[in-house]
Amino acid sequence: MSEAKDAIVLDKVNKWYGAMHVLRDVSLTIQEKERVVVCGPSGSGKSTMIRCINRLETHQAGHIFVDGIELTDDTRALDAIRRDVGMVFQSFNLFPHLTILENCTLAPIWVRKIPKAQAEELAMSFLERVKIPEQAKKYPGQLSGGQQQRVAIARALCMQPKIMLFDEPTSALDPEMIKEVLDTMIELAGSGMTMVCVTHEMGFARQVAHRVVFMDRGEIVESGPPAQIFEDPQTDRLKLFLSQILRGH
Amino acid sequence: MGSLRDTMSTTTAPTLSRPSPPGLGPIAWARTNLFGSWVSTAVSLALLYIVARAVLGFAEWALVGAVWTVPYSATGIAQTAVCQTAHGACWAVIHDKYRLILFGRYPFAEQWRPAIVVLIFIALYTVSAIRWFWRKELALIWVAALTAVGVLMWGGVFGLKPVPNDEWGGLPITLILATFGIAFAFPLAVLVALGRRSTELPAVKTLCVVYVELIRGVPLISVLFMASVMFPLFMPAGVNIDKLLRAQIAIILFAAAYLAEVVRGGLQALPKGQTEAADAMGLSYWQKTSFIILPQALRLVIPPLVNTFIGFFKDTSLVLIIGLFDLLTMGKVALSDPPWQSFSTEVYVVLGLIYIAFCYAMSRYSRGLEQELNASQRR
Ligand SMILES: Nc1ncnc2c1ncn2[C@@H]1O[C@H](COP(=O)(O)OP(=O)(O)OP(=O)(O)O)[C@@H](O)[C@H]1O
Ligand SMILES: [Mg+2]
Repeated sequence: MSEAKDAIVLDKVNKWYGAMHVLRDVSLTIQEKERVVVCGPSGSGKSTMIRCINRLETHQAGHIFVDGIELTDDTRALDAIRRDVGMVFQSFNLFPHLTILENCTLAPIWVRKIPKAQAEELAMSFLERVKIPEQAKKYPGQLSGGQQQRVAIARALCMQPKIMLFDEPTSALDPEMIKEVLDTMIELAGSGMTMVCVTHEMGFARQVAHRVVFMDRGEIVESGPPAQIFEDPQTDRLKLFLSQILRGH
Repeated sequence: MGSLRDTMSTTTAPTLSRPSPPGLGPIAWARTNLFGSWVSTAVSLALLYIVARAVLGFAEWALVGAVWTVPYSATGIAQTAVCQTAHGACWAVIHDKYRLILFGRYPFAEQWRPAIVVLIFIALYTVSAIRWFWRKELALIWVAALTAVGVLMWGGVFGLKPVPNDEWGGLPITLILATFGIAFAFPLAVLVALGRRSTELPAVKTLCVVYVELIRGVPLISVLFMASVMFPLFMPAGVNIDKLLRAQIAIILFAAAYLAEVVRGGLQALPKGQTEAADAMGLSYWQKTSFIILPQALRLVIPPLVNTFIGFFKDTSLVLIIGLFDLLTMGKVALSDPPWQSFSTEVYVVLGLIYIAFCYAMSRYSRGLEQELNASQRR
């Protein structure tokens, strides 16, 4: 991995909501093809951090580089970055008035300017990859939660991004649907995509993550390979968090 | 475990079957819903009696005792004495005046033109209501239809005799004001609603807020009055903007302010995740707005939107105060003819039916639209 380039660089990023300091000097470098899992207690700033990477939230101090481009108010740079960064949300956020296929082809057609027929072909290939090509003509409301989240993954993949961000993709799902989504993500991990994933699925983290980042109260407290983080926690905060997670499972 | 589930299913079965099955006949329905108890039987019978009295009374007046035609004197003056003695409606007034009411003072020989205009409007509404026509060409159909309306009414081309618009009147005026009004007010309203929610352009936002609050703060009558009486005072001498056009602009501006608030309600009801997903995909502001936000937001506000449309359709009758002869005003004009002065009920009943026909069509259409949209997505 010594030759790999940096895909995402966060350099002393700070963010406040009013008086609340939600990101404190967050510095993190993620290399191309690296898979990072972010975990931490509720309200620790995981979502805020990951949403800063595609500028759904703006940071107030520090620097963020994605693909070598700094995130600023420059909208051209932002367009370029959003084209290369896909995002999957906890609540799926599929467009309910469009069919599954239309959900998947909208951005490729309008942002990437791919001809419609080609975009549909591409979308079908990704829907096959997430194993629901037969649902293409249905509306999101007609699918189960697990199926909707797999569509959301396919939709993001249709933009052929270099980086995928996942914000708790399985935490809105019933237990029996979590596995189908995790399987999809594991399959995706095998393809060498740069992935940043907020999740508490420790099994998934062990299986696919190169690195686990533990956040608490807006700070990155510990980071390292999954084995080290889970078996040899250094700080009391991480130990406490792990004991709570394990008790919960 | 098994026995528990068994008992549960047997206890829940009767409650599940309680909502009446769809095949229930009208007699059984009436027995359970109208005559279920002593009180509801009494109330049902009393209401039934009142309704029957009203319906029979109206039929007696409108049909049985009605006078359909009256004789005319040698000089062409209607002899309405038969109507005075009859105890029913005098529909002869409609027979005598319907062209005046429908088309106003438009030259009599040319009245086929406003008649076609009315048919064009009805065809336009029908076509717009059919789902199959919901494509880009529909905009062209609208442009073509509205152009045809203008050409037919004004004349002056294709060998049509020019008719200045102070001779227009009746139903075409009402339909023109309402249709052009809504056709222009609606897009304007969408822009104002979007502007009012803009976070990046504070000047635009302020402008939109001021516009909406200002217009909503005054009655339509005074906006019309201002457009017709005060506006010319501010114009340089010799510049004379047409009265109908001024009323039309006033109605557009007024309707847009109300519609903007309705649209804004829809925008606010949309979950934030929808915009975030669109942003994350890299859609531009206008792509996001036209493909994701508006289709969903407008769908949410179909009922209040149509409610506002219906309101404005009827409010066009207020143009009478600035001397335009819409449908309702023409009814009044028709009644000013001495022989017919005492038959206002008949005229207003017919006018009411015309308004009801258009408004009911609108509300039926909106209900159908909602059901269709809901059926396709099961949100
Ligand atoms: N729009 C907002 N306005 C104000 N405060 C916010 C906003 N969004 C998040 N916060 C606060 O910022 C802090 C970090 O929130 P964030 O959503 O990043 O936490 P999280 O680690 O993702 O938590 P969870 O596991 O519950 O999703 C929380 O204290 C939250 O209350
Ligand atoms: Mg979160």
